[in-house]
Amino acid sequence: MRDQWAEKLLAGDRLALARAITWVENEDERGLSLLQEVFPHTGKAWVIGLTGAPGAGKSTLLLRLAEAFSKEDLKVGVVAVDPSSPFTGGALLGDRVRWQRRIAGDIFFRSLASRGRLGGLSRAAYDAIRLMDAAGRQVILVETVGVGQAEVDIMHAAHTVVVVLAPGLGDDIQANKAGIAEIGDIFVVHKADREGASDTARDMRMALGLSPEARGRREGYTPPEEGGPAWFPPVFLVSSLSGKERGLETLMTGLYQHRRYLEARGLFGERVTEEDRRRMEEVLSEEALRWVMERAKEDGTLEEVLEALKRKDVDPRTAARRILGGIGEEKRVP
Amino acid sequence: MGLMKKTSSSEKPASPIRVVVAKPGLDSHDRGAKILARALRDAGMEVIYTGLHRTPEEVVRTVVEEDAEALCISLLSGAHTALVPRVMALLKEAGMEDTVVFLGGTIPEEDVPAMKAAGVAGVYGPGSDLKVITADLQAKVERVRAKA
Ligand code: B12
Ligand SMILES: Nc1nc2c(ncn2[C@@H]2O[C@H](COP(=O)(O)OP(=O)(O)O)[C@@H](O)[C@H]2O)c(=O)[nH]1
Ligand SMILES: [Mg+2]
Repeated sequence: MRDQWAEKLLAGDRLALARAITWVENEDERGLSLLQEVFPHTGKAWVIGLTGAPGAGKSTLLLRLAEAFSKEDLKVGVVAVDPSSPFTGGALLGDRVRWQRRIAGDIFFRSLASRGRLGGLSRAAYDAIRLMDAAGRQVILVETVGVGQAEVDIMHAAHTVVVVLAPGLGDDIQANKAGIAEIGDIFVVHKADREGASDTARDMRMALGLSPEARGRREGYTPPEEGGPAWFPPVFLVSSLSGKERGLETLMTGLYQHRRYLEARGLFGERVTEEDRRRMEEVLSEEALRWVMERAKEDGTLEEVLEALKRKDVDPRTAARRILGGIGEEKRVP
Repeated sequence: MGLMKKTSSSEKPASPIRVVVAKPGLDSHDRGAKILARALRDAGMEVIYTGLHRTPEEVVRTVVEEDAEALCISLLSGAHTALVPRVMALLKEAGMEDTVVFLGGTIPEEDVPAMKAAGVAGVYGPGSDLKVITADLQAKVERVRAKA
């Protein structure tokens, strides 16, 4: 018999989805078995990532997009990640604050704290995306923390990555920031109502032109000279300021074009599979580390090696190898 | 279970408390709510702030989707007598009756019994010590966790 939580989640029940996300986030066994149970129902959702510096307007734009997609009768999921304090573990998750207007439509919004992860998402974000997918969310919008150098997590987790820039946040720095050009499928110069937006757009277009990787990033690229339909990241000017809105429709068109490009190249499903594989490796490395450490602790190797490290008899790399090598061996009497 | 053997639950650090800080109704006094949100964050909680002018329905929707263990309602408008019972009823309807609900702001002494009768676990007026609020909330959530 299928678990009643799984049943509810697959039927789209909000509480079941919310509880499932909590469970996986807390590494509660109930969450892990629930994810396993609903996993066959994943792989349908279109995952769109929004990344960019704090204050660029990611949350504001995300809500505009959520509204636009739900107007098309699509069920929208939102995962918004904010940083946890490395000192207290606490976090202020404030992305909902931008929801200042009544927004109609079927939107499920979940805030997550990064909980120590550095790649721009939280460890639970991957699972939250899959759970939302299984619960019938057709478009999932993911907002990254926005403080890292290049937030590579989102590049793997999303089908389509939107980099959000804004005038006045240090234009040339934004445009040339390592990795930015490579990460985006679509670039939005937000706050187009402000002075300097077209300069930012020009700088970004320049930076994209200068960066061949920007066009060649990810597995889907075939250079035009080899006849492949390539994706050239467009740069759009958008304003989400009430009364001065502009550019949202163009952005929506660009998003759908990117989706069609992925589908035409067979990349839509491939990216999901690829991310699942990455996730498996990530979990495997965590579990393997835990397993090794437990063994090494049990048979005394850990203590022994740590002592040697303290005496400077071994360097950290050799110490690690010694722990690995010691697994399964009889405990040596020193 | 070999490789996948979990570390025993006693070793696993307790997960941070997730708490929604809400401003329902037309009340725009948000200083207290923001100060409270920061204090709870500094105590290691994950704080979801709703922003101003939420309807009781939106507040409860937020509590559900965020799967929060606690809800802090801040009201300085005098509308608590109408808004709080409504929020409590909606929480129950949503299956979130275990949520620890705290109320703060300008709540006259004579209204406190009615608020508690509606299910509010603690009422904290102007000048309340943030350390006391944080500790009380922590204790109440831990009690709910222990029951589960
Ligand atoms: C500053 C202030 C304002 C500022 C607000 C700025 C802002 N962004 O917050 C401004 C000038 C905009 C303002 C406007 C108004 N105000 Co005014 N304002 C105040 C004042 C003087 C201080 C409030 C404050 O910020 N205190 C500092 C914070 C830190 O304290 P706090 O909010 O009380 O929070 C503490 C505790 O209550 C508790 N707490 C708060 N919330 C929560 C939640 C939980 C869960 C917990 C556990 C604890 C908790 O923790 C905090 C730390 O101890 C109070 C008077 C007072 N003594 O409270 C009047 C007061 C709240 N205002 C009042 C009024 C009437 C108004 C106006 C209607 C005036 C008008 N006629 O225009 C408007 C309404 C605006 C609106 N739409 O809501 C009345 C409300 C009367 C009522 N309750 O029936 C008060 C009480 C003044 C009075 N004695 O008449 N106001
Ligand atoms: N002028 C202008 N301001 C905006 C626009 N979009 C967002 N903002 C403001 O920019 C600030 C940061 O927005 P937010 O969405 O929280 O940014 P985030 O940190 O990237 O998520 C807020 O004060 C918004 O009101 C816009 O299109 N134009
Ligand atoms: Mg944001």
